[in-house]
Formats: sequence, structure tokens, C-alpha cells
Amino acid sequence: MRDLLYMAWRYLAYHRIKTIILILSITLIVFLPAGLKILVGQSARSLTLRAESTPLIIGAKGSPLELVLNSLYFESDTPPQITFAESQRVTDSKLATAIPLYTRFSAHKFPIIGTTLDYFDFRELTIAEGRWMAVLGECALGSEVAASLDLGVGDSIVSSPESVFDLAGVYPLKMKIVGVLASNDSADDRGIFVDLKTTWIIQGLAHGHQDLATPEAASGVLKRDGNVVTANASVMQFTEITADNMDSFHFHGDPSGFPITAVIAAPHSDKAATLLRGQYLGDDELEQIVRPATVMRDLLATILTVQNYVIAGAMAIGLSALMTASLVFMLSLRLRKREIETMHRIGSAKVRVTVLLSLEIIIVLVTGILLAALLTLLASQFGEGLIRVFI
Amino acid sequence: MIQVSNLKFRYPGGDFHLDIDALGVECGVSAAVIGPSGTGKTTLLNLISGVTVPDTGTVTTGDIEVSSLDDRARRDFRIRNIGLIFQEFELLDYLDVRDNILLPYRTSKALVLDGTIRQRAGELAEMVGISDKLQRHVHHLSQGERQRVAICRALLPSPELILADEPTGNLDPENTDRVLALLFDYVRTNGTTLVSVTHELHLIDRFDQIIDFSKFRKAGTHA
Repeated sequence: MRDLLYMAWRYLAYHRIKTIILILSITLIVFLPAGLKILVGQSARSLTLRAESTPLIIGAKGSPLELVLNSLYFESDTPPQITFAESQRVTDSKLATAIPLYTRFSAHKFPIIGTTLDYFDFRELTIAEGRWMAVLGECALGSEVAASLDLGVGDSIVSSPESVFDLAGVYPLKMKIVGVLASNDSADDRGIFVDLKTTWIIQGLAHGHQDLATPEAASGVLKRDGNVVTANASVMQFTEITADNMDSFHFHGDPSGFPITAVIAAPHSDKAATLLRGQYLGDDELEQIVRPATVMRDLLATILTVQNYVIAGAMAIGLSALMTASLVFMLSLRLRKREIETMHRIGSAKVRVTVLLSLEIIIVLVTGILLAALLTLLASQFGEGLIRVFI
Repeated sequence: MIQVSNLKFRYPGGDFHLDIDALGVECGVSAAVIGPSGTGKTTLLNLISGVTVPDTGTVTTGDIEVSSLDDRARRDFRIRNIGLIFQEFELLDYLDVRDNILLPYRTSKALVLDGTIRQRAGELAEMVGISDKLQRHVHHLSQGERQRVAICRALLPSPELILADEPTGNLDPENTDRVLALLFDYVRTNGTTLVSVTHELHLIDRFDQIIDFSKFRKAGTHA
């Protein structure tokens, strides 16, 4: 048998390109359906886990999926905004803890999440380095953001302007990094967390500028009418919040009318959850309340149906590839007719020649299957990482 | 001695048939089988080596009646006692020269590949002048070198009988002389019987016996 294995190996090594193509074909035929199933399974688990740990989300009426994806994963387009009053409404109901989220802005393509400290308790996030943000203009980075941008405590990060050409739009704000979160393998690793008020400053709803009572600012003052001072654009606006200028930051308007994208509601009991949901059933309600687990289950049902179609397609393609590989082997046998005949004429048993040819096929099949198994193992080990990269 | 008696053979479904009443080749003799194409020269070699069996009649080599052996016994007899040389060499492209020479030992359980055999393979390669090419794949060799590899393969099990089917048919005159000289040297030194089909009539003087298939259907010998 050792001699036959040696000869089979020599044949495959000599026809290495054909062999590699056949092995890769077998690998893909086996791996594609199995790998796809594993990746989809892991993806489903990962999606479901976060959704199930988030009881209720309140947002503007529209696509529940968009609201959930944005609130849980900070992905998809920013949903229509609601006002901070919705968060206060939940708090006032005493049925749930309200955690407002404002996810409109980003920095270096990572989402800036304006929220309250309750969010960190709710998600059981911990600080790996530094501390939580405490005052305006401070931020805490998710672990992936810190690693990816090579930033740490003491550094700064600047929010991205929404449009370079929109002079009246959102200006960048330089934020001080005071903490880096410990990784928890979730979307939080890719977030830049700031106090809700900081996001409103980014939006321009609150701002700080030089003191208009000082002589340096006199040239910028257009009109004084009692306490109302009108200034022109030459008055210097602060793009960074420091200990020196922090007191100059102030809001124009009532914060309860300021925008947020969603409110995570953590009900105090099942009954409270039901009562809270009941409050949003009215036809005149401009907001919707959704259970993320239900929304994600609906999405997964669709994904699993698509997965089954894809697996069926992959198996059909695999079958045709397998048939092509069989054809290659058969044609190869025809080309090797004289070689087979020679071995028989010099005294080799037909069975032995058949074993030799079978060994070649077996080596290709076993190598292909082993490679597929290795890929499947890698997919099961590192699939979640891949999913996080691509989803 | 090779003895063929009252042999009748017909390929299934074909018109060709071979009838030989009597044919003999003595031990240690070199015999040339000549005659027009399609008269059954190669078939005769296949019958002597036991690749095929006659419909009737007997083929005896030494003390063994090859035609009466079963498949396995004929195979074992063939690989131990008969060295086969072909016009097209029939070497395996994917093996190097050494592995081509060792082929009978790798593909048959009747022979055991050990250090002695490996050493003999090296000696045979030395004898035919290809010892410096043992690691090379055969497609890198000239026609003459390939036939010398095929000869080494045939001689490796130290056969009592060599059956050659036009061994010089694809060679130029220089290589023809060299290959024949090697074969005749070997058979005379070792007392091996050689039966060779050839179309090159100018070579037949070198053989001890001529089996002429043009007169044949009855066996004939040429002094």
C-alpha cells in the first residue's frame, strides 16, 4: 500500500495545478453550505442576544427595523428624530428607566452616541482605562475605536462635519478623551460615547463664544437691547470645551424640545412594560414603541429563508462542480489507458491498479474535505469577528 | 525453452485469428519475430507472456504451462520471469527515472522492493549509461535514453525471458545499435532468452533464430 500511496502522491504532485484546482473545488463544495450555515447562525445569535437584552425602544413612527438597527448597532441611516420630551415622558410614567440616545453624528466614521450614564449600567459596560465622561465635551471611546485610531486617555477626537459645503450646518467639535471602554464584543466597541448635551453642542443647539461684554468683542456687537445682544459672525465661537470656556456654553431654547433618535425603555416589570406599550397605541401618537427581539426575529426569519435558498443554490452548484470533477477523473482515466494497460501487461493486478487510481481520488477528496473542515472550524472560531467587520 | 503447440487464438468479435501448430525457442537463444503488420507477432508475445490465453493449444515456458495457469498465477509468473520491452517505451511521465525502473516492484505484491533491488536498479542504470539521470523525469530524456530506462525496468527482476516488441522501432540507427548491443550483451552474459519482434530486416542477422510470420501459420525457423 505504501508504494501505491507513493505513486498516487507522485502523480498528484506532477499534475499539481490540476490537483490544486480539484482540491479547491471539493473544499468549496463542502465548505460553502456548512460555512454559510455557521456564519448565519452566529450572526443570528449575535443579533438576537443584543436585541433580547434590550426590552423596548421608543422612536419616531416609521421603519421599526431601521429604529432597532440604529439604536442597537448604531448602523443604518439615522431614523427620524423625536424630542427629549419623550425620554422625560417615560421617566414621568414611572414605568421604566429611560435612556435617551442621539446617534446622528460621527467622528472618523465611528458613531458618536449621545446618551446618559444609565446606558453604561444598562449594557454592563466597564471602563478599561480612565473614567466615564463627566462634563460637556468629554467622551469615552469603545475599545475598537481606540485601537483603530490609536487614541487613548488624554487625546482628543474631532466630530466630523455633516457637509463640508454647508456653512450654516454642523461644525466640528474637538472632544477630550477621558476613558476607554473594555471590549464586550458588541456594537459598543465601535462607539464614541458622549453626554447627550455634547451632541446638542455639536448640532449647534448650545454653544460657547467670547464674552460680548468685553472690549475685544465690542466690534462684533450689532445691537444691545436690554439683556438681548445681537452679534455678527465675527464673534469667536469655541470649537473645543475647556475649563476656561466651559461657563460660556449655554443653550438656546428648551432642552425638552431638543432632538434625540430613540429612547431605550427598561421597564420595572412585565406589567409596566405592557402598560408602557399601551401608551403608544393611540392613532394620534407620533412615536412608536417596539420590542427589538420581535423585530430581529422577523428579520432573522427572512434571513433564514434567504439562507435556505442560498444553501440550496450552493449545493446545486456544488453538485455540478462535483460532476465536472468526476468528468475530469474519467477523462483522465481515458488518457491514462495505455499506462493502465502497461501496468497490467508487466504483471500488476487490475485490483492493484484500481487501488492506485482510487487512492489518487481519495487523496484529493480527503484533502479537500479536511481543508473544508479547517475552514469551517475557522469560521466557527472567528466567524463572529468577521460578522462584526462586515455587518 | 518456449514451446507453442496446436495454438488457436481469435480476438472476440474480430476476424483475426492465429493458428500455430508448433513453435519452439531454446533457452538462452535470441529469436527475431518478423513478418508483415497484422499477422499476429505482438499477439504471439502476449500469448507467451500470459497476457492473453489461447482458445486451444498450449504455451509452455520452461517447465510451466503458462496457458493453463489462472489469472493471478500468470501475472505472478510474468512479473517474476518475463521482462517486457515496448516500442513506445511505455514509461510513466510523472515518475522519475529511478521510479520508472522500480515500477514492477511498486505495482505488484509478487515482488518485494528492498535495498538490494534499489542497488540493482542503480547498477542497471550504470550499465546502460543513465546513472546520472536517475532523478530526472523521463520526459526530459531522449528517445534512446527512454528505451534504456525501459530496458532497465524489464531487466530489474532478473527475468529468464525477455520479450521485446519492436524495441528499436522508434530509435535512430546510433541508438538502435546501442540498445541492441546492450540487450545482446545482457542475454549472452546471463543466459537469458530473448524474443523480439522487429521490422528492421537488416538487424535479423544478429539473432540466433528467425520466426517468420509471412510463411507462418505453420511455424518456421530460419537458420
